[in-house]
Amino acid sequence: MGRVTTGEVTRLSTDVLVIGSGAAGMSAAIAADEADARVLMVDRSLIGRGGATVMAQMTVAVALGDEVPDRWQDHLADTIRAGRGLCDERLAHILCETGPDAIRRLDRWHVGWARHADGRICQAMAPGHDRPRCCYVDFLATGPAVSSTLRGQVQRQGRIRRIGDLCITDLVVSDGAAAGAVGFSASDGRAVAIDAKAVIVATGGLTRLYRRNSASANMGGDGYALALRAGAHLVDMEFVQFFPIGHLAPRLIGMDPIMWDPFRYKLGGRLLNAEMREFTDAYGVAEDGSYKVTRDLATYAILKEVEAGRGSPAGGVYLSFQHVPADRLKDSFGPVMDRLAKNGIDLTKQSVEVAPIAHYHMGGIRVSAGLESGIPNLFAAGEAVGGANGANRLSGNAITEALVFGRLAGTNAAARARAMRASPWHAPDAAQALSLLAEGAETGANPAALVARLQAVMSDRVGPFRTASGLVEALHEITEMQKILGPAPPPRLGPFDTCRLDWFDLRNMLLVAETAAAAAFARTESRGAHQREDFPLLDEAWSLNQSAQLRSGALHLERVAVAAAAP
Amino acid sequence: MSETATLSIRRGNRWDRFEIAFERGQSVLDGLRRIRIEQDPTLAFRFSCINANACKECMMLVDGKVAYACIARLEPREMRLEPLRNKTLLRDLVTEIAPPDERIANLPLK
Repeated sequence: MGRVTTGEVTRLSTDVLVIGSGAAGMSAAIAADEADARVLMVDRSLIGRGGATVMAQMTVAVALGDEVPDRWQDHLADTIRAGRGLCDERLAHILCETGPDAIRRLDRWHVGWARHADGRICQAMAPGHDRPRCCYVDFLATGPAVSSTLRGQVQRQGRIRRIGDLCITDLVVSDGAAAGAVGFSASDGRAVAIDAKAVIVATGGLTRLYRRNSASANMGGDGYALALRAGAHLVDMEFVQFFPIGHLAPRLIGMDPIMWDPFRYKLGGRLLNAEMREFTDAYGVAEDGSYKVTRDLATYAILKEVEAGRGSPAGGVYLSFQHVPADRLKDSFGPVMDRLAKNGIDLTKQSVEVAPIAHYHMGGIRVSAGLESGIPNLFAAGEAVGGANGANRLSGNAITEALVFGRLAGTNAAARARAMRASPWHAPDAAQALSLLAEGAETGANPAALVARLQAVMSDRVGPFRTASGLVEALHEITEMQKILGPAPPPRLGPFDTCRLDWFDLRNMLLVAETAAAAAFARTESRGAHQREDFPLLDEAWSLNQSAQLRSGALHLERVAVAAAAP
Repeated sequence: MSETATLSIRRGNRWDRFEIAFERGQSVLDGLRRIRIEQDPTLAFRFSCINANACKECMMLVDGKVAYACIARLEPREMRLEPLRNKTLLRDLVTEIAPPDERIANLPLK
């Protein structure tokens, strides 16, 4: 693959274009390369550094049967139960059945799963699982280890071309099929056009839409917006998972805010309200040290305690490990104890404050069992895929789906590319996207402040609890912000132009925010991660998915039956 | 009276001074992000993971020493921020830190 520079535009050409380089993108690139496709992997940030994977300090759920006997069918049953009736069973089936292969493959690549003395991989208990099923890399290093292992493999395979600092702004569709993408290089500000036979969107979720979130700065839902504008459908966009015990106070730096969960698995940290009493039993599930309260329930219970005036000073609840002996704390937390000490926290003497934090998006691009969207040659992988996790994702399924869906999308995209003589790329189809990149209009708006404003609106109105009036306000605000943003990006400043990056991010973020708010408004029931205060009960009539599409630039929602498993 | 932190930032050939309200426990990166929202959105610096010191993108010079902005504590005094000296400067605090074979400029011309 070479580079051609004509005028202002750098032209690239490939068989398979992978957008995103987290676990899903890298897995896709590896699989497509193994299938002898020419692969180009690009990332809005640096390769393998941004995204959610590197942040995942947690565990990976998979029916290995190393800890106790297990079957993928049991993992599937737990996944479907957690999804509250909305899982796309075809996708959930793939996730659970091929998960063990993905974990063993990473093991062969020396990821370093924590092991028992006899060599079996350690698998911990996590909420929603019927048995210990979640493997991990000590200490709090699962995501970074997965990331660097995949990165090493990408490099070993040698032929996978990688470009970081490349912000994709639009997909290009020719003759109704994906033909490539257009964007700009952040490092020099130049426009880039890439023709491809198949495109894989592996850009992760939308957590950046929220003020408090557990993912990277580049998780603004860009892949969802790219797919929508290309004509694809999104599904389940109202289901945003809040991680119940995100770190809140005291201020902690150098640590992922979701760090407490693995220690709850291992040590049974206790959740306490301002009266220093356990409270989840009042919401249906007692803790009793076994840690089985699912994420949606725990989020609900914590926010209701705060609402009832029994919250902690910073607006959350307490998490306490004070009942755990100091030497056991030291064994389990390892070097993390020192990092906590640097932040002035001594777990033997104090509790910390925790509160729900935007963590994961169940919704995403609607795909076939082959991970292809409704637009031929456009595939999705990882969190960008909608449906596998229904209304609430089971703990530990995110890395599993990144690995599994990445591999399958890469394999299928490579097969598609092999069957094609050339990309359907037709230059006029890229003209509009390229001309937007050439534009520059001074609006005086501060895009960084607009991002903050959007995050506030989404957190307050489209957060864990929703009401019709709040959602209408959110939609109104989003429309206002779209007007302020305007139809053209700010004038180009050159290399690493943060205002232009923010402008193109906001263009995506506002569209995705609108989709999530509109879907949340339409779903007049409460289910899993979608809780409507004005419709507090689950409504069987809503046991269906909502699918969103842009028609002549306007968002259109429709109800579709939940995809059943193949007969 | 509330305390302030002053970040003096090298931007090419000039230094810009930004005063922000000091909040105990915050990182230098928190301060930089606040400057973009409240004062100057053109200020450029790299970061991805915000708080976890996982992405390792926010490396810069803090008071002359190499540090990660996400784990360097903001202090109620003047702090001087500069881009890494041994890397090509892109803008403000952003340098070219991608491995050479992951830069678009280094792809072979067809």
